[in-house]
Parts: sequence; C-alpha cells; structure tokens
Amino acid sequence: MPTSATTDPVPGLAAYSEVTASDASLRRFLHGLPGVDQVGAEARAAGLGTRSIKTTAKAWALDLAIRMVDLTTLEGQDTPGKVRALANKALRPDPSDPSCPSVAAVCVYGDLVGEVKAVLGDQVNVAAVATAFPSGRASMDIKLADTRDAVANGADEIDMVIDRGAFLAGRYLQVFDEIVATREACARPDGSHAHLKVIFETGELQTYDNVRRASWLAMLAGADFIKTSTGKVQPAATLPVTLVMLEAVRDFREATGVQVGVKPAGGIRTAKDAIKYLVMVNEVAGDDWLDPDWFRFGASTLLNDLLMQRTKLTTGRYSGPDYFTLD
Amino acid sequence: MAFEYAPAPESRSIVDIKPSYGLFVDGEFVDGRGTSFKTINPATEETLAEVAEASEADVDLAVRAARRAFRGWSRMSGKERAKYLFRIARIIQERGRELAVLESIDNGKPIKESRDVDVPVVAAHFFYYAGWADKLEYAGLGPNPQPLGVAGQVIPWNFPLLMLAWKVAPALACGNTVVLKPAETTPLTALLFAEICQQADLPPGVVNIVTGASSTGQALVSHPDIDKVAFTGSTEVGKAIARAVAGTDKKVTLELGGKAANIVFDDAPIDQAVEGIVSGIFFNQGHVCCAGSRLLVQESVADEVMAKLKRRMGTLRVGDPLDKNTDIGAINSREQLDRIRELSEVGESEGAERWSPACDLPTSGFWFPPTVFTGVTQAHRIAREEVFGPVLSVLTFRTPAEAVEKANNTPYGLSAGVWTEKGSRILHMASQLRAGVVWANTFNKFDPASPFGGYKESGYGREGGRQGLAAYLKGAQG
Amino acid sequence: MARIDVRKTYKLYIGGAFPRSESGHSYEVTDSKGKFVANAALASRKDVRDAVVAARKAFGPWSSRTAYNRGQVVYRIAEVMEDRRPQFEEAVRQSEGASASAARGQVDAAVDRLVWYAGWADKLAQVVGNANPVAGPFFNHTAPEPTGVVGVLAPQQSSLLGLVSVVAPVVVTGNSAVVVSSFERPLPAVTFSEVLATSDVPGGVVNILTGDAAALGPWLAAHMDVNAIDLCGVAGSPELATSLEVAAADNLKRVRRAPDAEPDWAAEPGLGTMTDFIESKTVWHPIGT
Repeated sequence: MPTSATTDPVPGLAAYSEVTASDASLRRFLHGLPGVDQVGAEARAAGLGTRSIKTTAKAWALDLAIRMVDLTTLEGQDTPGKVRALANKALRPDPSDPSCPSVAAVCVYGDLVGEVKAVLGDQVNVAAVATAFPSGRASMDIKLADTRDAVANGADEIDMVIDRGAFLAGRYLQVFDEIVATREACARPDGSHAHLKVIFETGELQTYDNVRRASWLAMLAGADFIKTSTGKVQPAATLPVTLVMLEAVRDFREATGVQVGVKPAGGIRTAKDAIKYLVMVNEVAGDDWLDPDWFRFGASTLLNDLLMQRTKLTTGRYSGPDYFTLD
Repeated sequence: MAFEYAPAPESRSIVDIKPSYGLFVDGEFVDGRGTSFKTINPATEETLAEVAEASEADVDLAVRAARRAFRGWSRMSGKERAKYLFRIARIIQERGRELAVLESIDNGKPIKESRDVDVPVVAAHFFYYAGWADKLEYAGLGPNPQPLGVAGQVIPWNFPLLMLAWKVAPALACGNTVVLKPAETTPLTALLFAEICQQADLPPGVVNIVTGASSTGQALVSHPDIDKVAFTGSTEVGKAIARAVAGTDKKVTLELGGKAANIVFDDAPIDQAVEGIVSGIFFNQGHVCCAGSRLLVQESVADEVMAKLKRRMGTLRVGDPLDKNTDIGAINSREQLDRIRELSEVGESEGAERWSPACDLPTSGFWFPPTVFTGVTQAHRIAREEVFGPVLSVLTFRTPAEAVEKANNTPYGLSAGVWTEKGSRILHMASQLRAGVVWANTFNKFDPASPFGGYKESGYGREGGRQGLAAYLKGAQG
Repeated sequence: MARIDVRKTYKLYIGGAFPRSESGHSYEVTDSKGKFVANAALASRKDVRDAVVAARKAFGPWSSRTAYNRGQVVYRIAEVMEDRRPQFEEAVRQSEGASASAARGQVDAAVDRLVWYAGWADKLAQVVGNANPVAGPFFNHTAPEPTGVVGVLAPQQSSLLGLVSVVAPVVVTGNSAVVVSSFERPLPAVTFSEVLATSDVPGGVVNILTGDAAALGPWLAAHMDVNAIDLCGVAGSPELATSLEVAAADNLKRVRRAPDAEPDWAAEPGLGTMTDFIESKTVWHPIGT
C-alpha cells in the first residue's frame, strides 16, 4: 500500500496562490484565521476524553489503532539489528494471533531505511525522518539532500521538521518554501512521490493559534500529513493540539477539497489514550479520517499496550508485559 | 469507517430507591397527612416511587420544627456550624456516584453531566459556604451579621440537587434553618440529601424537606412564620410569590427565567464559539434558565457558524441518560415536552426554518431532538419566550450596537454570552448587556464563588459568592 | 401700603424642564399653620408616564458616565444647594413648622448628605464588588450596576433631608429617578428641582413630581418600564404599601419597602440605601494564551 501522488499543483489550492505569493499576504492570511481560545479548546478535548468506549467498539478501535501506528525508533543507538526487529514486530505485532493486523509504518532515521525496507517489502510502509531532524537547524541544501537520500533508499514516507525559528520569527514564507522544496525532493524518478508529513514540534510553537497557523501553512505548501511532534521535545502530542489540527484539516478540505492526514506523535503510550484520539478524530474531523491513510500514531510503547488490551478483550483476562515482545 | 460506540451504561445498582417516601421533618422521615404522588423516570416513564404530598398542616409542622431548631442553630458558634456543612460536603463527595445516578434517573439528565457537573458543584457549594459560617463578620455586609430565621425554599426540577445546594448551603452557613420543597417531578435526590443530613448528625429541624406540588409550595411561601423566601423557577410563579409576600417582612430572592443572547462576532474563536453555542443551549436538554437560547451571530460569519454548528449538532448523542456517552438526555416531563413541541410548532408556523440532525429517539419516555431555528426575528415567539428545551433561535446582527440592542430587547436579564477575540469589545459588551451573568468566550459556567442571578424579570438577589450571603442575613448591605 | 406679592404656581420637573401638570391641575400648599404659601402642580398619571420616559432616556447616558463624574455631579448639587441655603431654610421652616435653627440644621444635614453620597460614587464598586476565585482558568469578577429607572415616593414628613436621603443614593449609583414629593410639603422639593436644573445633573436623571403618593404610587408601581421603587413615602399606610408592592410584582420591581414610620433621617444611612437599587453583574472570561 505505498502511497503515491502527483506533484502537480492541486486544483483546490490554486485559489490560494495569491495568499502564498508574499510573506505579507501569507502573514495576513494566517493571522486572519479564527483564533483558538485555549481554555475552550482544552475543555472540548477533555470532554471528548470522557467518552466511554467499551466491548465491540473498543475491539474495533484497538485494531484500528494498531493499524494506525507508525512504529518508531529514533535513537542515536539504533542499529540495523534493532530496526529489523522492529520491522518484524510491525508486520506481526502479536505473533500468537494471526488476526492481529500489521501497523501502518515503521519510522526510522534515513540511513536505516534500507534495513527496514528489506524486512517489510511492500507490506508495511517505511517512514524516514528528514530535514535535519529533530531540530531542523541545517542549511536547506543539507535538508533536501537528507530527504532525497531517504527517498532513494526506499522511504515511502518522509517526516520533515519545519524551521520553528523561522516560524516564530514570522518568516512564514521561508517555512512555506522549505516545505514546497522538501515536497519536490520527495519525488521519485517514476513521477510518484514519497508521502510528506510535516512536523511542527507543537511544544515549541507554544500556542494553539500558532498550531492552527502552522497547520494551514503546511497544508497550503502541499503537506500530505501534518504531525505534532518529533518526540524529542516536551510536551509532545496532546489531545487539544491534535484537536486544533483536526479542525484545520477538516476546514481545509471544506475550503479546498484536499484531504490531509494528521499524526500525533510522542507521549501516547496507552490504549486508553489512543482511543481518546480516535474518538476525537471521529467527532471532530469525521469518519473519513478514521483510516491509516489519514490518521497515524507516532509511537513505540503504545503498540504493546494496544496488544495487551486486545488480548484482554479476546481472552477476558488481564495480560502482562511478559507476553508481548520488547523490541 | 463508522465508529459505533457500544452502549456504556452506568450501573444503577448503586441506588436503592424505596417504593415510597415520606417527608423529612425534625430530623426524621414521617408520613405526610396529605395524599401522595408518583415520581417517574422520564426516560422510560416507569414509576420510581410514591412520594408524600405535604399538606398545609405538614408544611406547618415543618416550619415549626425549623423554628424550634433555629434557636440552637443560630446560637451555635459559626465554627461549629461550619463543621456540619463540611461534613455534609464530604458525604456528598463520598456518595457522589449514587447521587449522580439517582439524579439522572429521576431527572433524565445525562450521567455525564450529573457526574461531572451537578454533583461536584453541589459538594463545592457546601464546601464554599461551610467556610463562611465562622467568617460572616468579615463579609463586608454590615456589622454584627445575624440570620433571618426560617427560610422557605422552593426549587425547580432542572438541577434538583444543585438548586438545593444553592439554597441550603448559604442559609445554614448564616445560621438560618430551612424548609425546602423540591420540585414535584424530581424529589428523590432531595430525599437522599435528607439521609445525608441524618448521616452528618445535623441537629433535627435544621433542614426539613416537604415534597409536593404547587399547593405545597404556596403553603410554604405564604406561611406566616417564615422569614425568608428563596425561589428558583418560572417568572410567572416568581411574580405570584412577590405578590404573596407583599406587606410582610419576608426577605425574598427570586431566580427566574431567561432568554439569553449568545453573541458571536466575526472575530470570535469560531470553533470554541460553536462549543459555547452547543453547551449554551443543549446542556441539560436546554432546561437551564440561563441557557443561551438566542444565538446572535454577526451576518458576515453567519453561514460559516451555522455550517459548523449543524455539523457539531450531528455528533450529539441523544438517548439513555445513564449511558456515559449520552450528551442529551430525556425531557423532564410530558408537560415540558408538550410545551417545547408547542413553541417549536409556533416557530415553524411563524415562518422560521427548523432543523434537527437525524437522530433516533427512544420510543418510550420524553424526548426532543436538538433543534435550531434560523430566519428568526425579534418578533417571533421563539425569540421572546423561554422554551426551556433544546431549541435554539438564530438571529443575525451587523454592528455591536445592534447586538446590544437585540440582546437587551427582552423582559429577562439573567445571562448573556459574547464571543470575540477583541479585548476592548468584550469589556464594552459586558458593560452594555443588561444581565446578571456575562460569559465572555465561554458559557454556562458555574462556581460557588461566583454570584448568579438576574436583572429585570429574571428575578432579584444573588446566589453564590459573597453576595449570596446577603440573601440570608438581616440588614445585609450589598 | 403693603406690596401685593406675586403668587406663584410651581411646576413639575420632568426631563430637565418645568412643565405644568398635563392635567392642568394644581393644589394649594399651606404652611404648617394652614396659611397659603403657594400653588403646586398636581401631577397626574400622565405626568408619571412622561417622567418615566424622560428617566429611561436619561438612564443610558447617565449610567455610562464614569463613577468619578457622577460623584462630581452629585457634589455639585451640594454646592448649589449651599448657595441657596436661605431659600431652603425658609421652605423647610414653612413646610415643617420648624424653628429657624431646626430648619437650618435640616438644610445643613441635607447638603452634608449629598456630599456623603457624592463620595460613594467611585467607591461603592470597590466595597460591594469583588474578584471571585473560581475553580478553573477563568477571570471572574462581580461589580455593581444601576438597576435602571427607580420610582421614589419621597417621605411625607421630612421634606428636604428625607427627600435628599432617598434621591441621592438612587442617582449616585447611576440610576435615574422619578420622584413623587411629599404631598403636603412639596416646596423644598420644588426648590430642590430648581437646584438640579441649575447644577450639572443631566435632564431626566431626576424628575420630580409634586402630588399625592397615594394617587401616583399605583401608576408608578405598576409601570412596566420602572425597574425599582422606594415606598418610603407611604410609610404608615400599610395597606397602600402592600397594594403598591403587589403592583410592583408585575415586572418584578426591586422594592424598598415602606418603614412603619419615617426613620431618623439624621442617622448615617449605611450602604443599603444604595445596594437596594443596584444589580450585581458577574463577568467570566477564560485565562489562556
């Protein structure tokens, strides 16, 4: 299921060409978006978090959540052996239960893409972080080279970081241009392109207004997915941040006809949390997004908790960590 | 793929509803001398219990008990009174789940709200006023604050336990004793509260609860030996009470109807405003005196706001009040359902456009879907009369002055909402709106420290906060 | 030969002007010994109606003024009264049959009372308003606001000090007033209206009707555009007071009940005179970034 899309300009975005024509017009547009009231947004997220998902709904949600996991390792100590083990886990998260679905993708640094691809083939996607992840502090040439290298190694998806410094300094057009350039660097010789996820590092953007602006900025620049965090900065993904991003993709599709995916990453560790996110996807963006093509969890330990809860539902008894692989 | 939430019912085994209930007078449950009535579960129409209907003689006994108890209670040091109230607050927290389930069964409100709003705020109210009991002389309400005596309190069915707390907690803190009449359709949590008073060893007669219908309420408010009337309910009954106490020395507070404007400017935080509109009118099935029942939206964003509102309304889950995922429960009574239906039909016949999301309503019980009327003008009855149900009227405006004019163009003045990201406009609107509570960029928030009450025909006096003490002290100023 | 004095028919004070009664009626005002003093306009229900319209029109701008400014305006009334002390003393002496020194005392106290209330204008909100520490991320505060148009049945006995003591608290807090003066002792009220007209009080903020509280009270009490009523002027008439309170319930007016007898006007009033005619408004706003 590797995804591909054309790099041609999307028709729905043509209407926004003037918006992205200059720093000033882009700024006007982004600052003209409706504000986000922090207290209200957090209250809404908390409210959705009180939904009680039980029995059949829970079973359905757990399987969906597993299918949405971007199983991630982004450590300096990652080795070929480690990522191969992870790739195997991605294919068969619960070896004792063939009905357990595979995850959506394995997410690694660019130099390890080949190792992962060798295990996964075309069964599960390989995602690579790029553009001087996690800080984004490198020259543009380096960032693009980083991206091209990962794509050339077989990455199906590229998780880029934006230049938060430029964003916070108000140089929105620079951020926009970098995303456009990275998207171009995702192109493959056959005309297809690796799926581009744009990481905001919302913990550094600080305000929900910034999250909303970053979301629109990235979507206008052609992001296939918008993603909360690198996992290296606290706070990483939160329910309210994801709420604001889900509102953005919902409104963006309404405005342009273009659907963009959302990926909260970092800090989602329990099945209970994952289900809260799915409830939010369901009620805020709608069920069109309840699909691994449109919603992902960037996570590592989450998967085992999903598996434990899944086992609890099928066997009726609580399981323990010894029965799931640590990779 | 559709995400179908499986039923997630809260267990009702925690509550033990007796087949019949008497009155709570002088610390004990006693048989009434009058007849009895049934209280039903509005979600199923099943009879929950038979409840005594207090006669005039029963009310008199209760007032006498309260009068006897007043002597000791008012002379008890504030510090000791406080401890009783703290005890009650703690027991309410401990029995919170039980109270929430019972409230949802008897009232029809979703367990999510009784559990997360009603009961916690009830406990908070007792905690708040408990702390005042020994600090009254610091309240700035005049020297030597003294209780009034016996308070006759009549409360509505929309927040049965919460309204009880709003009435009982400040009255007791100030050293008064009370006779409280819960609403006819929702007596059960008040009777459970009576048990809590026993559990707290509250001296007999300090709290008396007389169940019944309007004649019981009339007997109570017109009883010659009460010193204070506190009423929450309809403006019509409020006026009758104001007439009934004319010429007496009874102190009165009335918390009555409303037709609040919820004003959305074009620079509002739209997604949060939509949430505020939804909680403003659909919280508690719209059975809220301060509900934001008139949406005033600036014309330039009207289409966008309406589209978002309708989409949001499509996610509201109507049904079993005890299901933890229910957003909108049952209408409290057939009578109320009839009124909502009638006014909605009037809205349609007057030419407003009616819309509800597709939703399956249960076949038994009293239900009404979340409903919005567009194309409403100030002249429509649904824009003027309190529907007290999940029915929103939408009007548009062009300028801040027009918004103020339309918002204030009502005999009511309980609450109002304003949504704009512009600080100076918020302060301007807040000062211009003739309403006792103004929620800016939020709606339907309640807190024991925050005074609540209306202007104009929404009543007088305040409940909650320091101001709420004034209603229960002699000669209190402010 | 003694000069023939010019006998005057006093008029009403409505909307800053001095109209005759719409009814055309007037009545003879005598001094405490029954000797004719002047004719006063006999206000009718239609004068009540006109006065309420004037008061409503004045309410918005008056209540929107800064508290400091309202204090200044009320203080200015005291200044102008001070200037016209002999006239007030004469009116009180005639009306109440008071000795010259007692009348002087009444006038002194009335002026002082205005000064006392003037000072409250920008302090009341600080004393009766407060921040509320709610359990959530919200700014929440409560502040007093005027209730609107207040009907004032002024005391029948204390023709000046009593009058000032019931009018000042109403207007200093930002309300506008429709006042019915003492029926038998209207002249201090008439002089007071002349003071108001020549001070800085905007027209319509205080409207003064000379006439019979028993006749006008029911119209004022039942008027649906009056927000509150002070029944002091029917003290000692419990049946009338009760009927007015009943009528006031039609639009849930805030009622300051009639006392059994007129209070000791010399005593310091306390805050209740003002807080009876204010509303507490509570404003919530989220606190966030």
